Amino acid sequence: MSEVVLDVRGLTVVFPTHAGEVRAVSDLRYTLHRGETLGIVGESGSGKSVSSLALMGLHNRERTRISGEATFGGRNILALSSKEMQDLRGKDIAMIFQDPFACLHPMHRVGDQIVEAILTHADISKKRAEQQAVELLREVGIPKAGDRFKDFPHQFSGGMRQRAMIAMALVHSPSVLIADEPTTALDVTVQAQILELIERVKRDFNIGVILITHDLGVIAETADTVLVMYAGREMEYGTAREIFTAPQHPYTWGLLRSMPTIEARLKELVAIEGTPPSLVAVPSGCPFHPRCAYAFAPCPTELPELRAIPGGHLDRCHLSPEIKREMGEANVAERLGAVR
Amino acid sequence: MPLYIARRLLWAGVVVLIVLLLTYAVFYLLPAGDPALRFAGKQPTPESLALVRERLGLDQPWYEQYGKFVKSFVAGDEFGWPGLGISYNTQIPVIDQVTERAPRTLLLILGAAIIWLVLGVAIGVLSAIRRRTLADRAAMGFVLIGISTPVFWLGLMALFIFWNKLGWTGGTGYIPITEDPGGFFSHMILPWTVLALLFAAIYARMTRNTLLETLGEDYIRTARAKGLSERKVITHHALRASLAPIVTMFGMDIALLVGGAIITESVFNIQGLGWLAIDSTFNQDLPTVIGVVLLGAVAVVIMNLIVDIAYAFIDPRVRYE
Repeated sequence: MSEVVLDVRGLTVVFPTHAGEVRAVSDLRYTLHRGETLGIVGESGSGKSVSSLALMGLHNRERTRISGEATFGGRNILALSSKEMQDLRGKDIAMIFQDPFACLHPMHRVGDQIVEAILTHADISKKRAEQQAVELLREVGIPKAGDRFKDFPHQFSGGMRQRAMIAMALVHSPSVLIADEPTTALDVTVQAQILELIERVKRDFNIGVILITHDLGVIAETADTVLVMYAGREMEYGTAREIFTAPQHPYTWGLLRSMPTIEARLKELVAIEGTPPSLVAVPSGCPFHPRCAYAFAPCPTELPELRAIPGGHLDRCHLSPEIKREMGEANVAERLGAVR
Repeated sequence: MPLYIARRLLWAGVVVLIVLLLTYAVFYLLPAGDPALRFAGKQPTPESLALVRERLGLDQPWYEQYGKFVKSFVAGDEFGWPGLGISYNTQIPVIDQVTERAPRTLLLILGAAIIWLVLGVAIGVLSAIRRRTLADRAAMGFVLIGISTPVFWLGLMALFIFWNKLGWTGGTGYIPITEDPGGFFSHMILPWTVLALLFAAIYARMTRNTLLETLGEDYIRTARAKGLSERKVITHHALRASLAPIVTMFGMDIALLVGGAIITESVFNIQGLGWLAIDSTFNQDLPTVIGVVLLGAVAVVIMNLIVDIAYAFIDPRVRYE
């Protein structure tokens, strides 16, 4: 496999609040290679975004406790000073966000915002930076880039704004691109174009991409590896093929069953019962046990280890591999046919 | 844009005339003495009173007087344009009275505005970026004191300490800047500061709140994600977006103070427009009241227009046609 660009070990993010400690992310671990798309999937509040913002150093330092290690370029970036982190941000690790309507400054020209990103980390003339910015806008598929360079964000469509955000993220050819629900706010047709664009820049720039989404369809289309998160913990982690053909965790089953597909249109969608837990009071044992149809004796008291199952990928569940194979097949087999 | 401004100015004229009509109506509805009594001098005979009434047009119904007033207002009178007539009280042309008083008030507002804008915005920004620290709490303490301290008390205390006890500044009264620039500043520094303090407090709180709100916006996160320094995030991105509410309030405050800096003018005996308004109201001096109201109304209308035009420069999404 290609070079490892980011190695996350035991990432934990805690927000101390008046209501108690919010454990948004607990003991997260994953490895990202160049040219790999890692899909992080989970419901709202599962810690997907929080973990990525921690890698970017975008949490308020005084109000967040971050522990663990994230090795990037031979350094643990979680231990960097804010100045060192500032040098890294937007240069080696870049990020794009969910709502392109809100993410660009409404009062600055799109081109100027990209030029600013260039000049933040490069000591070149403004003129040269402007040329680069126009080139990048062209690269991400904005027609008449030279003219649109002078536009304000409100003159761009949603898809074009997200393209501009991607151009802005690419200015320094980062090694890692974090895309936090990049298509959630867009039309379905535009979604596909943006995902394609992310795929293309990933190949062209040889970037490791972390794609955060709650949409398994997006994951199925683009991800090489998949990490399923619940209540701040990873529940299952494997290649996309493993997750979609042999899902091990009851939560993953639930996610797959609640995903609409064309082939399964006649079958009813099955929602996961209940709501995600409050992060102030995460259930004891396996955090998913109150909503799990398969919970048994050890689940409410003992947190299962993240362990490798025969065949390779990791999951966090007390059920025996045999039961899981049986149940998994019975539960999601038909629906999985569609995604496969 | 030019068409928009022309249309707005036309409307401004209409608004001003309506305001003056209301002033007329209020003046004549108020139970009060006879203005002719003042004009006719001491111990007037009924004949001389009637003569004065006729000359001033006071024997006609108020709406006819208003009609006459509008005519000479628009066309101008022997004292210049706009025609505002002559004071019932001092028998000086109103336009001369107003032009004599206006610079005092305008200079008072100008100096105070500079102080409160700089002080208020600086304190607001500082306490927003140092949120929940000692500096923030101290700033908000200043705000509380500034908002709740009465101007007349603050003015008197300032005079007592800095003029009477320490002798650092000039006392009350107004010295024209053309006569004695040093004396002008030494007499204005206290009224400027006292007037500015209340506004500085309000602006500090508003700047802090607006900035904190802006700092939670998604595009601020984008700016940080680019690797910008926090300083640039604040100056280039957050402050720019927080400007609009500050500009709105600034325009309105300036306009309202044109006729409304009465307490400060009184405490420091500056005798500007506010003082003229009070004095002429007590003296039933309608022409002078109209003169001050006119200036106040024009100030409000013009500042409103300026604020709206400034918007288009601050926010590219705003367009007028």
